[in-house]
Amino acid sequence: MRKSFGGLTATDNLSLEATRGEIHAVIGPNGAGKTTLVHLLSGLLKPDAGEIMFEGRDITRLSAPARVNQGLARSFQITSIFREFTVLENVMLSVQAGQGHSFRFWRPAAKDESLRAPARELLERVGLGGRMDVKAGNLAHGEQRQLEIAISLATGPSFLLLDEPMAGMGLEESQVMIDFLKALKGDYTMLLIEHDMDAVFALADRITVLVYGRAIATGTPDEIRNDASVRAAYLGDEASGGTV
Amino acid sequence: MKDVIDLKSPANILTIIVVGLCAVVPFLAPALGEPFYVIVFARIMVWAIAAVSLNLIMGYGGMISFGHAVYLGIGAYAIGILAFHGVTSAWIQWPVAIGACAVISLIFGAISLRTRGVYFIMITLALAQMLFFLSVSAERYGSDDGLNILARSDFGVSFFSLEDNMTMYYTIFAFLLASVFVSWKLVHSRFGVVMRAAKSNETRVQAVGVSTYRYRLTAFVIAGVMCGIAGLLQANLERFVSPDMMNWPRSGELIFMVVLGGMSTLFGPVTGAFVFLMLSEILSTWTIHWHIIFGPFLVLIVLFARGGIAGLLTPRASRE
Repeated sequence: MRKSFGGLTATDNLSLEATRGEIHAVIGPNGAGKTTLVHLLSGLLKPDAGEIMFEGRDITRLSAPARVNQGLARSFQITSIFREFTVLENVMLSVQAGQGHSFRFWRPAAKDESLRAPARELLERVGLGGRMDVKAGNLAHGEQRQLEIAISLATGPSFLLLDEPMAGMGLEESQVMIDFLKALKGDYTMLLIEHDMDAVFALADRITVLVYGRAIATGTPDEIRNDASVRAAYLGDEASGGTV
Repeated sequence: MKDVIDLKSPANILTIIVVGLCAVVPFLAPALGEPFYVIVFARIMVWAIAAVSLNLIMGYGGMISFGHAVYLGIGAYAIGILAFHGVTSAWIQWPVAIGACAVISLIFGAISLRTRGVYFIMITLALAQMLFFLSVSAERYGSDDGLNILARSDFGVSFFSLEDNMTMYYTIFAFLLASVFVSWKLVHSRFGVVMRAAKSNETRVQAVGVSTYRYRLTAFVIAGVMCGIAGLLQANLERFVSPDMMNWPRSGELIFMVVLGGMSTLFGPVTGAFVFLMLSEILSTWTIHWHIIFGPFLVLIVLFARGGIAGLLTPRASRE
């Protein structure tokens, strides 16, 4: 895949493959094109060249909503939730979106058990069960990040694109999120974009290192840790597992 | 969004007073020797319907249309032009008026909803002004001077005639209540959830798999039709249509009524229309320079009472 903005090539002949059920992490310094990659995969941006195959289908030209309906959900680097809605309403909207069109003008959605029940169940699962009636904007930062992922999960995806789920989190919150994602492992294929090296090495089955829009290495966490070019370009001396 | 309506909150008490007044004014005003207020209230209610329709897209959907009064004009001109050509049957006039508003709002919405923010405001304004100038240039239909309507819409039945002022008044009243009821149902339906969510965070709505465009366009058309009904009622009430009804200051006034009463509240636009029009009515009897008082008042409300009158009257603790 290739994507340029004017003279800047953000994604340069990048080729990536994620295996079903695995967590594939993408790391790289700021400006390496990680978020551009998420936007290309989720459909917010269209590639200049190349194609995106998902479960055997070419989805390169599909719009962002259409990709979600195919089972490809994403989370955002900057928390993207409905702040005025309650936690439950946030997830209910997502459940509603998964049930087909919303051109239903009369019956109150808030009392619809076919929306409430799955949303409640999902929130219990992700540990937000006790916070359902709180307005999303009033949640703690870590909880908002969890809600962000719960919203994505409620669309019923097979593939999760996680754009820096640990962004802005303290050590404790990060650990909660790592455990949370670990619990999801196996049920979903995940592409994890992350700065937090602890998280990446704890979660990933495979890691791709991105520098200036190119993949300079792909391999298991051990291979990446010992890769000379990666150490030189990016990891430095913190490859032993510190937070970058 | 709360489902339980607290009848004791000051905002709701004001609503009950306004709606209650609307219900009894045809009896109360003549008894108090001020029969003139019957027509004033009928006008207020027509504007209130238009404001409710604007609130649907602006308050709940985040679409600030600066050309919403054009649908008042289309609804009214449909009645005026048909009546001019001798077609007075309501069974033809009303469907034509509603259909015209639906088609025009569909076209205008399809164009303007591709833009956001200031561009959306400017495009809705420009499209509306296009029709305004068309009506100004329509010499056959009176141009600037407008068009007199000799007979109100005729339903062809003896027990229901709009020529009877009392019937006219309560027809408008019924439509006002209906417009609020329809808004209430819409806002809480699945459709309404998508609309409100798209106002809150459109990117996120797309990211759960919903193309917002179709929903926003549908809301835009519903609001256009609802405002068109206000227009056809206005034409009947006044027995007159003129280009001024859809000129841009009218659209601005509609926005003001909604903001004044309280955006995204069910009855906010109704109280907003009431306060806006009553105040201009009362102030204009005091002095011809009433705008000098009215203008700063509106500015103060916007500056200091976020959430409009409804916000002002809602205790801080219970605000959402």
